[in-house]
Amino acid sequence: MRYNQPSPLEVRVISQHFDLPNSTSIETYLANDGYVAIRKVLGMTPEAIIEELKTSSLRGRGGAGFPTGMKWSFVPRNTGKPTYVICNSDESEPGTCKDRLLMENDPHQLIEGMLIAGWTIKSNRGYIFIRGEYRYLIDIVDRAIEEAYERGYLGKNILGSGWDFDLYTHTGAGAYECGEESALLESLEGKRGIPRMKPPFPAVVGAFQSPTILNNTETYSSIPVIFRNGGAWYAGLGTPKNGGTRLMCVSGHVNRPGVYELPMGFNLMRLINEVCGGVRNGKKLKAVIPGGSSSPALKANECDIPLDYDSLAKAKTMAGSGGLVVLDEDTDIVAVALRTMKFYAHESCGWCIPCREGTTWLKKILSRYHEGGGRRSDIDLIGELAANMLGRTFCPLGDAAAMPTAAFVAKFRDDFEAYLEKNKSAQAPELAVV
Amino acid sequence: MADLVNLTIDGRQLQAAPGTLLINAAKEAGISIPSFCYYDGLALQAACRMCLVEVEKTPKLQVACTLPVTEGMVVHTDSPQVRQARKGMLEFLLTNHPLDCPVCDKGGECELQDMVFRYGAGESRFIDTKVHVDEKQWSPIVFYDAPRCILCYRCVRICGEGLGVNALGIGNRGVASEIVPNRGDHLECDECGACIDICPVGALTSGTYRYKTRPWEMRHSPTICTHCSNGCKTTLGVRNGEIMRANNRDHSGVNGEFLCVKGRYAFDFNGHPDRLTSPLVRVNGELRPASWAIALATVAKKWTELKARKSNFGVIGSNHTSNEENYLLQKFAREVLGTSNIDHHRTGDVAGLLQALHGRSNALATTADLYNTKAALVVDSDLAQEQPFLAFHLRANMRHHKAHVYVVTPGPVREDNYATSVRAELGQEFEALESLRERLAAEPELVILFGAAIKGEAVNRLVAFGDSLGIPVKYVCLVDYSNSRGASDMGVLPDLLPGYQPAAEPGWNYDQILAAPDLDALWVVGANPLSRHQLAAKNAFVVVQDLFLTETAQRADVVLPAASAYEKNGTVTNVCGDVQKLSRGPKTMGAKPDLEIIALLAREMRHNWGSITPEAAFAEIRSTVRGYNVPFVVIETGGAAAATPSMDGTNFQSQPELIRPANNTLYTSGTLGRFSKMLNSLMEAPGELYHDPRKKPVVKEGSVQLETTRTEK
Repeated sequence: MRYNQPSPLEVRVISQHFDLPNSTSIETYLANDGYVAIRKVLGMTPEAIIEELKTSSLRGRGGAGFPTGMKWSFVPRNTGKPTYVICNSDESEPGTCKDRLLMENDPHQLIEGMLIAGWTIKSNRGYIFIRGEYRYLIDIVDRAIEEAYERGYLGKNILGSGWDFDLYTHTGAGAYECGEESALLESLEGKRGIPRMKPPFPAVVGAFQSPTILNNTETYSSIPVIFRNGGAWYAGLGTPKNGGTRLMCVSGHVNRPGVYELPMGFNLMRLINEVCGGVRNGKKLKAVIPGGSSSPALKANECDIPLDYDSLAKAKTMAGSGGLVVLDEDTDIVAVALRTMKFYAHESCGWCIPCREGTTWLKKILSRYHEGGGRRSDIDLIGELAANMLGRTFCPLGDAAAMPTAAFVAKFRDDFEAYLEKNKSAQAPELAVV
Repeated sequence: MADLVNLTIDGRQLQAAPGTLLINAAKEAGISIPSFCYYDGLALQAACRMCLVEVEKTPKLQVACTLPVTEGMVVHTDSPQVRQARKGMLEFLLTNHPLDCPVCDKGGECELQDMVFRYGAGESRFIDTKVHVDEKQWSPIVFYDAPRCILCYRCVRICGEGLGVNALGIGNRGVASEIVPNRGDHLECDECGACIDICPVGALTSGTYRYKTRPWEMRHSPTICTHCSNGCKTTLGVRNGEIMRANNRDHSGVNGEFLCVKGRYAFDFNGHPDRLTSPLVRVNGELRPASWAIALATVAKKWTELKARKSNFGVIGSNHTSNEENYLLQKFAREVLGTSNIDHHRTGDVAGLLQALHGRSNALATTADLYNTKAALVVDSDLAQEQPFLAFHLRANMRHHKAHVYVVTPGPVREDNYATSVRAELGQEFEALESLRERLAAEPELVILFGAAIKGEAVNRLVAFGDSLGIPVKYVCLVDYSNSRGASDMGVLPDLLPGYQPAAEPGWNYDQILAAPDLDALWVVGANPLSRHQLAAKNAFVVVQDLFLTETAQRADVVLPAASAYEKNGTVTNVCGDVQKLSRGPKTMGAKPDLEIIALLAREMRHNWGSITPEAAFAEIRSTVRGYNVPFVVIETGGAAAATPSMDGTNFQSQPELIRPANNTLYTSGTLGRFSKMLNSLMEAPGELYHDPRKKPVVKEGSVQLETTRTEK
């Protein structure tokens, strides 16, 4: 089911089955062009498949936006090792709630996407790594997998091709860090969920020391339609180098929050005003977090921007996971910064010093600041600590914590300053510990 | 060899082998890049982020510990950006560090202190509350103070990768991350303390040392561990004549960073209250304290009388005394007492091996060979228990060089985790060896280490098996005590003189001495034969030199208190023939080194041996004992040089019935071990050889009873 009314501005490609009755069943999927793409793909060479994906300019929907076709082309052939196809369904980026809909409403689309990946690298085994909190989705996906086995889309000799592919679900244990691909692999292998050193990248040394394709749920779900309608068709839905559509998860101070499928490059202001019915209660827009909590916020005057990877990167933020948080003029940015940092301090895996200590320190400063114990020097300190983390941590989690924090301080310094005025009476003395 | 890579570090043009990590390439050139988590020989972590450097044409700072050098790379290790990053990292580390340096054991030799001293973050901008967790005791030896921990994971890696014990892991996450022991609230492991020594800060501290002294109050005395035969260098921290701790602080010696529980913690026998501090002379059937002058005169008088009567002397030497002492002991026996009735407790058939190898050179493996050989075969030894350093060394060879290790043992051993293992009852080894023949013959070279079960004819058979493989084979005859090899090499044997030269007239052996009813005098130096054997000659005059009033000393007529190996200078020879130097650390008032006792006895018996010092005796050994002309400078400067004894292989008759293994585990050490309170306090003690890990651990009665969570497989 969907939790919001669809918008007429949506381009329903990967969400096209969402509203169908019994959308999770294989019958519904088959009746709506399901498993057509895999039949087509089984007649294609890996090179042709990857070429088609490159034509589609599909980019990873997990957050980094890496071109999917290129990622698949990095998987070495004939290493003598098994290969694996793994789906990252550990959706945990605050503000993001799309993968759950894809699994909840159209699990077969995901399975078919993974089958295509499996055939491309001649893998015989795939795993869907679903975040532990999505317990209810596991039953839905498991049921779909069972159906696919029953109909011969999974298991031995798929559709008479002589190729075997087994698919399993695996639950995460509640760590945001396991959404990072190498930490996910560690967790999948039964180890502590900490990221791995890169290189080697998972394409070369992934699950169980073997070549691995690892993509986001939405990425896999976008693949069947690409092979049904062609890569060029898909690319044409979006902007150059940003092919297709994506699920935009809009939360915060808008009249109609929800998940909307929109073409890449859709204008952010149009999304807020036309798709989501404008800012709630007639308030003015203050800021938008455009790609999950890790992305630096855009100020209201920066929001007239196409929502694609490149435009947002140019604006020094990122499209990330497509989780947009809209903040109105009454929003307390210090509180937002604190809430964000609380999350990262809680989720830091602890492996490296700057992330482990930096997130906690920032959380403590922001807590104190928020409670009225802020010092003028804290504003710069927050920025400096974020800078000390940025680009120096073992994995991107540290960056994910530092980037938005640095942006909050830089862009909304007035809000921080106002706090000092407001809390003048309660202000802590300047302490100097030498 | 592949072409070298050209790179520039801090403006200096350098070359390095392809694949070299930047941190090592810089180190080679004398440019130090700071790090906590990077540790030579252990897995890369890139966790501490201290080694960030600037590499031109890369946008971000790079981690030098995981970055291989590339052609044309231009690196700056001391740019303002790098310095700022280091300072920032240290500032992060100090936020939750308790800064209790004034009372911390590590104060003065702490890498975090040194790093902050060098790179800054002296001024704290952290005014919020620190995370605090109470200190935990994991075993009598290991304590963990989480707030001090910087999470470099060295301890986790040395335990898992280095030792193969895997007793430490990481628990919780984020700022609450901490090191956790394998049993949740306590440790069950080798108790080797490698985790404590490798800790860059004071997070892991040892039960024997904590809060006792400051590092700078100690004199650091490098010597060789006196327990097993592996000859690990251990540096004794001595304060006011008392050993405070032992570690191999400069990683020199054959063992590098390795020490087992005995090397690190079982030094406490030395200060045991039962140490003898005065000679004892039997008066009216009772041992009473006497002066050295009286005791020595008593012995000399009695021996002179007995010698004049052509009485039967028997001398039992030690596995723990120095080469010099062993050499002089046999010289005394043969020259002064005029007897060849001299022997020691033999734990391996060294002479048998030398005879089997007669006529060839370079067939004895040195300690270093174990780390460099392409393949090794262990026969009849629970290496990790009996020869802990050799086990570590072989494992390191496997880890670093992918060496193949084969094991033929009667029961499970730790090497099973990575070796090709065959189980064979004692006596059935050769059938098992045949099953490995094909694979062994395919190796480019092999080192065979064999335990005490291979003796006499079996040694010849083993060498014949080695020969039949058609590859170069070297051998190690495993012996059990700290100078077992030295006792054998120095001719503390009835039929062999120093350097395995045949004695003109063989005397009584160990069993014959003890069993001879007509034995008139028995001299026991640093041994305790009467703990397991009876002395047949009820009226024999018995002189014992020892640290403690052992079973043998209790039977003595004169007991002379001896200094321990930690209290004397000299040399010892390890199981692989490597000669290393002992140097005096602590001192026990009243006790004398055996060398001095022997010299005093010689003088009392009017034998003019001139000035007898360990140095003079070593010089005599080097010039007279075959295979012992080892480079003086190497030994003197604390290095190891292999002795190369050989035998002409004429008419020597091996006596396999005299070979009796000590069967010591990691937590026992013969008589000496009985006087180590620390060893006996461990719940793992006494342990057992060939312990099946699937069985419950052997928990000693009366030791700390902790609930084990180990489940039956």
